[in-house]
Amino acid sequence: MIYLDYAATTPMHPQVIRDMTAAMAVYGNPSSIHQAGRAARKLVDDARRTLAQTIGAKENEIIFTSGGTEADNTAIFGVAYANQHKGKHIITSQIEHHAVLHACEQLEREGFSITYLPVDSTGCVRVQDVKEALHDDTILVTIMLGNNEVGTIQPIAEISELLQMHQAVMHTDAVQAYGMISIDVNDLQVDYLSVSSHKINGPKGIGFLYQRTNAPLQPLLYGGQQERKRRATTENVPAIVGFATASTLTSDRDVYERYKQQMQKTWQDAQLSFTINGAHTLPHILNVSFTGVNIEALLVNLDMAGICASSGSACTAGAVDPSHVLVAMYGADSDKLHNSVRFSFGYGLTAAQVQEAAVTIANVVQRLVNL
Amino acid sequence: MATNHAAPKRVVIGMSGGVDSSVAALLLQQQGYEVIGIFMKNWDDTDENGVCTATEDYDDVIKVCNQIGIPYYAVNFEKQYWDKVFTYFLEEYKAGRTPNPDVMCNKEIKFKAFLQHAISLGADYVATGHYARVQHNEDGSLMLRGLDANKDQTYFLNQLSQDQLKNVLFPIGEMEKSEVRKIAEEAGLATATKKDSTGICFIGERNFKEFLSQYLPAQPGNMETMDGEVKGKHDGLMYYTLGQRHGLGIGGDGEPWFVLGKDLARNVLLVGQGFHHDALYSTSLKAIKMNYITTTPLANTFSCTAKFRYRQVDEPVTVEIMEDGTAHITFAEPVRAITPGQAVVLYDGDQCLGGGTIDEVFKNGERLTYVG
Repeated sequence: MIYLDYAATTPMHPQVIRDMTAAMAVYGNPSSIHQAGRAARKLVDDARRTLAQTIGAKENEIIFTSGGTEADNTAIFGVAYANQHKGKHIITSQIEHHAVLHACEQLEREGFSITYLPVDSTGCVRVQDVKEALHDDTILVTIMLGNNEVGTIQPIAEISELLQMHQAVMHTDAVQAYGMISIDVNDLQVDYLSVSSHKINGPKGIGFLYQRTNAPLQPLLYGGQQERKRRATTENVPAIVGFATASTLTSDRDVYERYKQQMQKTWQDAQLSFTINGAHTLPHILNVSFTGVNIEALLVNLDMAGICASSGSACTAGAVDPSHVLVAMYGADSDKLHNSVRFSFGYGLTAAQVQEAAVTIANVVQRLVNL
Repeated sequence: MATNHAAPKRVVIGMSGGVDSSVAALLLQQQGYEVIGIFMKNWDDTDENGVCTATEDYDDVIKVCNQIGIPYYAVNFEKQYWDKVFTYFLEEYKAGRTPNPDVMCNKEIKFKAFLQHAISLGADYVATGHYARVQHNEDGSLMLRGLDANKDQTYFLNQLSQDQLKNVLFPIGEMEKSEVRKIAEEAGLATATKKDSTGICFIGERNFKEFLSQYLPAQPGNMETMDGEVKGKHDGLMYYTLGQRHGLGIGGDGEPWFVLGKDLARNVLLVGQGFHHDALYSTSLKAIKMNYITTTPLANTFSCTAKFRYRQVDEPVTVEIMEDGTAHITFAEPVRAITPGQAVVLYDGDQCLGGGTIDEVFKNGERLTYVG
């Protein structure tokens, strides 16, 4: 098997597993006042500091969540409910992850008005569009940092700049970008930023929301006083520890760019007809449109040949629905909706595997085109 | 390690999440095939909450495939289904006929789009959980009734060509439904006690009238006897089919009332009293879109038996194949409620000879225009 779906999830790094295994023996409740509690509390505090440093944040600005989805939901509902007295308008884009889009749709049902900005054919939001969409009653702009399907990096710093003299606060979903490009919340000037652990070789079920000091937020969970009352629930200490370990592991991201070139060269040599979706993308995502290929047949054939890749988002009944990201880029009638596949790279992948996969993909595509 | 065994043949099986296709997949796997389960999503039934009910069926496919240890995938044929099956379904209702979408689904989706998908996956065979048997001979394939006379589904498969049948397997065609259930239970399959689906797949358990009214405007009109006596109002001709008793709401004395026909031009539903009303009986029909599943050409005129509806007993008939490809089918005895739009399927003993669509209905040589 050759795994080329790191954008979906990643394997845990051995060091993560070691640190988590050790942390599992530290069973105290971090909120307890005794020594067992203090031992656990130290692990959580250390992890929080480590993670904060990776994005130039302060420790208290990190709220642990169950993952990227909860981080996005916490930011969006949290700002909407806290600031609805200032206005009920929110700006987002058509290419957001469903954790953002469906949260916004729910707010729409609750009486908020949402602007879903279009993108250009590379999958990029235009700063000018944000500027024009801003109104006096806009309270939140939420645009992702790097798209999870085609990888296009969004002009977040420029968009934040627009908000410096505006009441609206800025959230970015950095789930796919974190660990792949350097991120500093002060350079980006964002007020909220979502991160997930399992995309960076950490465990599933843990993530964080960065919340700038004094930025508004109404909690979604009530109970204990954890996370400074912003998210009640006893901390998942081993997962938090594993997450922090994962955040310190550096991988050579330039190598992913080389993998991309390597695959494309193989396909060019095989004289395949293909185009790349997205431009100025995250290093680990390669979204390709193979002319004349049916994506459902391609993905199953690749799986049978031992290659794990994906496309768009599967509907709950398993069938591939056209990707909303590609629809936003190319329109609902484009052939690319039905012939695009995403390959994504990560820790553990070797150049030899990439080469083997590229050749197998070329063979499968050729067979399907000639069928 | 090198072995002398040939690679197992690859079978792609259509799985609906029901017990029949579950057991079919299990049997194929036990027979040593490399089995790949595919769920077809043919209808976008996402409700206002974004929930699609196909999800439950696909969940069952996943459970069963994991239990028997085969890979599973889904494929989306919503567009093909809409263009080839649903559009036809609506057109037929608009024309005052009673279509059979299952026949069309087999012809255009399960044994065309799905077959092509299976071929693109390198399948040697394609399988489904139909109650039917297929015999692959040197000179072509023959289709036989499923051994369970109650469940036989060849009626819905009458439009398949030799090309469509040549790589098909029907693993449960040799079985009784009760055996299929028993195998599922013994294997502990998740679908062992799942209720059989009923009705037209895209309508499911929903109210047929309500469903149809979303797509075709209903035009209420009069119900009249054959003599023109007004007996009440109907809700729209498309909601009624020939020989139907329920839902007319005509009270009064004497025998119950039945639908005898439709006068499309005047938007009138023709009704009469008695199950055996004379106007419901006919003696021959003209069928179009005839398809023959034989390996040797049939004579221009031959005797056989025929079904005019699913689960009816066969009637003895004489078939005359016309120059223009239609067939004139004459019944040995008058037959009740022959319905245009439905399939007429021909049998020689256990063998299904093929079939067509009922287009015109005759009584003693005279066309009955009121049946549609």
